[in-house]
Amino acid sequence: MSLDNKKVKEIAHLARLNMEDSDIEQATAELNNILSLMDKLGEIDTGDAEPMAHPLKMSQRLREDKVSEDDLSEEFQAIAPKTGQGHFLVPTVIE
Amino acid sequence: MHNLTVAELIKGLKNKDFSSLELTQHYLDRINNSDLNAFISITEDEALSQAKEADKKITKGSSSILTGIPYAHKDIFCTKGVKTSAGSKMLDSFISPYDASVTKKLNNENMVMLGKTNMDEFAMGSSNENSYFGPVQNPWDTNKVPGGSSGGSAAAVAARLSPFATGTDTGGSIRQPASLCGITGLKPTYGRISRYGMIAYASSLDQAGPMTQSAEDAAIILNAMAGFDKHDSTSANKSVPDYTQCLKNSINGLKIGLPKEYFSEGLDSGVEKIVMQSIKEYESMGAEIKEVSLPNSVHAIPAYYIVAPCECSSNLSRFDGVRYGYRCKDPKDLNDLYLRSRSEGFGEEVKRRIMIGAYALSAGYYDAYYLKAQKVRQLISEDFKKAFKEVDLIMGPVSPTVAFDLGSVKDPVSMYLADIYTLSVNLAGLPGMSIPAGFSGNLPVGLQLIGNHWSEELLLNAAHQFQKRTDWHNRSPAEGQGARR
Amino acid sequence: MTWETVIGLEIHSQLRTQSKIFSGASTAFGSKANTQACAVDLGFPGVLPVLNEEVVKMALRFGLSVNAAINKNSIFARKNYFYPDLPKGYQISQFEIPIVGEGSIEITLESGDNKTVGITRAHLEEDAGKSIHDLYDDYTAIDLNRAGTPLLEIVSEPDMSSAKEAVAYAKKIHALVQYIEICDGNMQEGSFRCDANVSVRKQGEGLGTRAELKNINSFKFLEKAINIEVDRQIDILEEGGSVVQETRLYDSIKNETRSMRSKEEANDYRYFPDPDLLPVVISDELLEEIKKDLPELPTEKKIRFIDTLGLSPYDAEVLTSQKEVAEYFESIIKQGADSKLSANWVMGDLSAALNKSQLEIVDSPISADELFLLISRITDNTISGKIAKDVFKLMWDGKGSVDEIIDKQGLKQMTDSGAIESIIDDVIANNPGQVQQFKDGNSKLLGFFVGQVMKASQGKANPKQVNEILNAKLS
Repeated sequence: MSLDNKKVKEIAHLARLNMEDSDIEQATAELNNILSLMDKLGEIDTGDAEPMAHPLKMSQRLREDKVSEDDLSEEFQAIAPKTGQGHFLVPTVIE
Repeated sequence: MHNLTVAELIKGLKNKDFSSLELTQHYLDRINNSDLNAFISITEDEALSQAKEADKKITKGSSSILTGIPYAHKDIFCTKGVKTSAGSKMLDSFISPYDASVTKKLNNENMVMLGKTNMDEFAMGSSNENSYFGPVQNPWDTNKVPGGSSGGSAAAVAARLSPFATGTDTGGSIRQPASLCGITGLKPTYGRISRYGMIAYASSLDQAGPMTQSAEDAAIILNAMAGFDKHDSTSANKSVPDYTQCLKNSINGLKIGLPKEYFSEGLDSGVEKIVMQSIKEYESMGAEIKEVSLPNSVHAIPAYYIVAPCECSSNLSRFDGVRYGYRCKDPKDLNDLYLRSRSEGFGEEVKRRIMIGAYALSAGYYDAYYLKAQKVRQLISEDFKKAFKEVDLIMGPVSPTVAFDLGSVKDPVSMYLADIYTLSVNLAGLPGMSIPAGFSGNLPVGLQLIGNHWSEELLLNAAHQFQKRTDWHNRSPAEGQGARR
Repeated sequence: MTWETVIGLEIHSQLRTQSKIFSGASTAFGSKANTQACAVDLGFPGVLPVLNEEVVKMALRFGLSVNAAINKNSIFARKNYFYPDLPKGYQISQFEIPIVGEGSIEITLESGDNKTVGITRAHLEEDAGKSIHDLYDDYTAIDLNRAGTPLLEIVSEPDMSSAKEAVAYAKKIHALVQYIEICDGNMQEGSFRCDANVSVRKQGEGLGTRAELKNINSFKFLEKAINIEVDRQIDILEEGGSVVQETRLYDSIKNETRSMRSKEEANDYRYFPDPDLLPVVISDELLEEIKKDLPELPTEKKIRFIDTLGLSPYDAEVLTSQKEVAEYFESIIKQGADSKLSANWVMGDLSAALNKSQLEIVDSPISADELFLLISRITDNTISGKIAKDVFKLMWDGKGSVDEIIDKQGLKQMTDSGAIESIIDDVIANNPGQVQQFKDGNSKLLGFFVGQVMKASQGKANPKQVNEILNAKLS
């Protein structure tokens, strides 16, 4: 499978990364070079192997439903790029 | 003093040969005089006050075994009130508001943090050249890379800038730099050490571990780092043995497997020679050597370089310039805020992996890439299961070559290919170790030990027995490879 | 041309836990911005999720209540997208294997008929925070208190064929989640939110293209939004156009739906199993334990009301449609009141008074115990049913207890037959014309006499005695 410039732009947008038109040729070539390595996966006969998402066969541990966290909002907001009236601020979002 | 192991420093502190403050000042001086760029932050003031605190505890007799021992902390572990950058511009200004569970554990022992070590950005890299804070130099040859991603930690321990350091290993990031810098590095079984507060690269592969001079030190530090953490769902609720207790066991009759796939083309002959010499050493200690096969290990590279980027593309989405970290100047709208904050904040390799991951998970490609990689992961894991029915430990090289020249590997694919011997251990969640095994030219070569799940005791035992008979681990670049202390 | 409407609902019900789904921060509503968002909720580097036990139990309660298949190994997945109120850049949800699989629920239509609506699945997920657009001119303000609040998303089959059916289903689920105490059902606070997938098709044809309606926070709006959307789609199709698959926002002020293009672009969510969370394994023991703890469900209660209390299906449906109403009714019955009479009072005067004052039954000024006493005074002949209505009004206005009011106002029923006889004698004497007509065969006039007697007794004469004595005297 090989990527074209259009797809690379789409992926960059999905990942919210800038992709200038001037860089796209090189980016596409580089990604295709890397993907040629991954495409070897297609040649492997995996038979009925279970997909392995976790290295250990463990099940999810459950936490007691109890409030355990203090209000640290001031500390958290102190390191935020932009805040106001206790909120995190971003440029206006148009819905 | 700086050539002493942690085990020796513990004795020295106990016998009042020196105070923690003296020790700390000594290391801080060495760090300040070093040009290796091993540290992103040197936490001098905090270290000195921690050392004073530790000395008080020692005097009062309320200390624990590691009280007052200085260490270097990989800059991927969150440290409250101290910059935690993960080697990225994205977090250059990030003063963590909380401590990682590992940080807490070491703090609880009243250990002394000297600083935060340099690393490949978000632990993505095998040479430490992907750090926003510049590359680290290999103390054995400053034109060479120290390996990565825990390159700062490895260089710091090798150059005796710190008695030990913490590291993390997602695809070899403890073992490979340990090998390239000639120190001992242990990546424990997945789930052995809490991942809480360790900035995630690939969650199902990341595992922290100690980087030390000796296996004995690794055992001592693993004792302090390991254990169940209720804040990490993937942390194993399993008791922690005293890892120092097993070191002296005899390894007579130990069955060691050599995967034939690990000794094929691509392995540098100098490295192979050293590895084979070490195997001979084990044989002479009474170990039984046997060839095993890990037929799917060749697929570890594509499998890893799908799984890890997929997880990282999602893990790194939180860096959006909204709540913490880098935000671009004067974003004109929300999209601009996202695009520029992320594009300016992340380095090239990180962006590359995010792109690969986003692609491999996207509609229409998921089955061919992500799902397929997960199946291959299963096959790789089953290979090990089969092998461990026949042998107790697997041994082989860590890296196909010794440390290479800074700036010499420009193509990402060539860089990825060099991870061939370390990746499958992470994919299978196994413990793995690199121990100094000799030199090729003037550069150190590591021997890799791979065990079954939860076999850290056996790994440390085998490593310690080797180190009792060899002195590679005692060599330091400060004194030259020929010099023994 | 006859068009058929096809509707499926996705209901997000906020689970009534103390702490969040993956963190120990509080879920209480209405706190100061961001004071209930901990490091995990804010998605700080390095933080990890740990699943809340209660959330799992609540999902199972729901699953068992709709006879659903329970997945004994369910998986949490990441839904990846960027939005400022989504701190991690992904929402932890369930995708391929949800905890609750296929089930069903029975709804009662306006006609009184029952219909079974299929439930496709119900999965656990975390809520996002809130974006506030009107606090600043140049900024959107983000409050992450809600981020990480547990949600159970209940997805129905496209089994509803009108807005009214959709509302009946939504109300049924709304009642159920409150019955089993997993959700407070508060729609104003957003604890219970409905999205509707709406499409139309020509009779007998395959499914049409659907639009997803969002932002509906009341049953009234649900009905309006669906109707307006159905009209819009039919208009488009009849003009030869085609419906676009998209998300549309319901604007209750303008009563219109409009396209949310911003949410549409590139919605490739790249779901994959969350590597920070492990498979959720449900043991048979846990399932048994939860089954045992389940309260009587609305449908079971309805059947019991019909079978053992002799109520009509309609009455039983109304009385069980809301947990609090059923509880109120049952506490009257438990004290020995007549069930039919009690049903009439709860559904009649009480319900009307509550509606008029816009009160919920739990806030009723007349408690179930007081209403029981009032009903008892009717059945023990202390007052008549008609007088009881006046007493009820006085009780509602806080004029005292049942007996105080009856005493004070002298409303006690007249049962002294001598006294009644004398009133009747007066009435007969004063209406000779009507007496003659009655005797000539106009039996309908009995009602006239009863009315006169009641009037003369100010409503206090026992109606049964009045009837008996009148019949005797006039024959």
